[in-house]
Amino acid sequence: MRSLRSRLAPYWLALPGGMWLAIFFVVPMFFMLSLSLQTGDTLNGYQQTFHWSTYSDVLSGYHVQFVRSIIYAVIVTSLALLISYPMAYWIAFRAGRHKSTFLFLILLPFFVSFVIRTLSWQFILADNGIVMGPLKDLHLLPQDFHVLATSFAVICGLTYNFLPFMVLPLYVSLERIDHRLVEAAHDLYAGRFAAFRRVVLPLSLPGVFAGVLITFVPVASDYVNATILGGTHTTMIGNIVQTLYLTNNDYPAASALSFTLMGALLLGIFAYARALGTEDVMQTAAAR
Amino acid sequence: MTVTEGGVSVADGAVAADSSAQDVAAIELVDVAKDFGGGADSVQAVRQVDVAIRPGEFFSLLGPSGCGKTTTLRMIAGFEEPTRGRILLYGDDMVGVPPYRRDVNMVFQSYALFPHLSVYDNIAFGLQRKKLGKSEIAWKVQQMLEIVRLEGKERRRPAELSGGQQQRVALARALVNQPRALLLDEPLAALDLKLRQTMQVELKRIQREVGITFIFVTHDQNEALTLSDRLIVMNEGLVEQLGTPHEIYEQPATKFVAGFIGTSNVLQGVVDRIVGARAVVVPADGEQVLVPATGLRAGQQVELTVRPEKVVIHAGGEVPAGERSAVRGTVTDVTYLGTSTTYTVSRGDESELVVFQQNASSPTAAARPGDIVWLSWLPEHSYVFASASHDSRSPDTAAAS
Repeated sequence: MRSLRSRLAPYWLALPGGMWLAIFFVVPMFFMLSLSLQTGDTLNGYQQTFHWSTYSDVLSGYHVQFVRSIIYAVIVTSLALLISYPMAYWIAFRAGRHKSTFLFLILLPFFVSFVIRTLSWQFILADNGIVMGPLKDLHLLPQDFHVLATSFAVICGLTYNFLPFMVLPLYVSLERIDHRLVEAAHDLYAGRFAAFRRVVLPLSLPGVFAGVLITFVPVASDYVNATILGGTHTTMIGNIVQTLYLTNNDYPAASALSFTLMGALLLGIFAYARALGTEDVMQTAAAR
Repeated sequence: MTVTEGGVSVADGAVAADSSAQDVAAIELVDVAKDFGGGADSVQAVRQVDVAIRPGEFFSLLGPSGCGKTTTLRMIAGFEEPTRGRILLYGDDMVGVPPYRRDVNMVFQSYALFPHLSVYDNIAFGLQRKKLGKSEIAWKVQQMLEIVRLEGKERRRPAELSGGQQQRVALARALVNQPRALLLDEPLAALDLKLRQTMQVELKRIQREVGITFIFVTHDQNEALTLSDRLIVMNEGLVEQLGTPHEIYEQPATKFVAGFIGTSNVLQGVVDRIVGARAVVVPADGEQVLVPATGLRAGQQVELTVRPEKVVIHAGGEVPAGERSAVRGTVTDVTYLGTSTTYTVSRGDESELVVFQQNASSPTAAARPGDIVWLSWLPEHSYVFASASHDSRSPDTAAAS
């Protein structure tokens, strides 16, 4: 009796989380799938017609924004990785007893609202703002030069906003590396770079994997940065979904687009996990 | 004198040791000191170490935790730079040379095996960095696997091996590079007793087989005495004594060494007179302890030591005869241990002497608690401590085992 109870304990513990996922994720997913296959409008109501061509319609209509979102996400994730890795490395190996201070500083922007942070980037990058204004006054930049409403501004904002998502997993994986392994590498004739490439980098790959994953996915579907910092040529798939849903009330198209994005991201993640996540790949990356 | 190239000119360390370099120390530390931190917080981990380690020697640094032995080893490896002094590897000053350019290799306390690499790749790591050919690496790794008896395990990951096997990989990973000296930082500390004893024998065998100078750090006196050709006993950043295991055990130079290595009895007394080459020390009325007279004068207060197994207990009212040291006391405790018996004898000045007696003869005249007995030993078994300057320092858990 007692053993049965203790065997059931993990399931009881998993129940609240499981229920949460079922009610707020799995069930809505089915609603959304069903909605994406309906036809009609808000006035006359929607009918389940299994209208699959909504999918081909949104893909042909919005493939530009779709591809742009993926490209932005690739660029932003790469930039975030390039900026975060040295940062996380430095905090993990060199910051000594100030580690938690620096981690707190990285998390500090989170205490300010996402929208406010993005708006302040708008303020910084404004056509006659605190950076551009003086430069234009000094005639170092042409009067019609602008950064806002360009891909550059959107990528800047996204990189800035999602940086902590990359730093934290990298930090965790780097911090876990036993420093004696680095000493052992030095002892075995590996200079600084070789020790990094053969020991630190391969051992931090799980952190790179996690960081890339949790940065790439929200960046690809973000719409706030493109709304505030972008223009008509920087629209991302998130903006399209938002417009279709809230402005056009075209629920089937919005749902179909969301589903397509989700499918594409899942496919990408599986491919990525196959390529990087397995131990064998880690080993070969380290050994040769 | 050989003039050796600096840097990573490898492989002939052991050869040089056999031939021309007999008069050059493999490793020589000259007035080496190490402070950690700066200013007022600075901690002197190593106060002064001078030692010359001979080529091919199994040399141990023995001492309690915090005595500076590991810091000394890390300075030889290049992980720490000395605050003062010189570290010579076959005559070349290594100070300022990074670890990856020093022709010494280290076996770490927790092995520090690369968890993402196979046994083969762990062992091959150093050779790959030295850009050896693939077939040469394969051959050397295979040879090393045989020496440490890990054939067939080369595809395993470290996590799939037992503690003893990981230990062997760590050893192989360092030895395969044929360093001019192998540094071992308490390599057996993580193993259980039985495995540790097996590995001690293995270490000695491997050292004889490869002929490389081993510098071995340990806090385990038995390990140090069993394995070493010579050793130093360190305490609070200083070398207390340098010698062979026999010298260290039989003639402890300081009170610390006497207490740290094995069990020691310490007696105090005044030098009464000098008779020829011997001084007569009188610990109490009617007693006498004979010691070498070197450097002593009458009236001097001294501390001296004698090992428990050197002391004979005279039970049943017997009085020691001949030219022997003799002191008196009351038996307070008798512990029968099968092959031997341990007696604790309390003396008038509240000091205690421990006596180990082999149970070889018939126990007709065994002492019992409460008996007043004479204890005696030969003059050559007592040593007066070199100086009284180490008095304040006593080993923690000294007389254990």
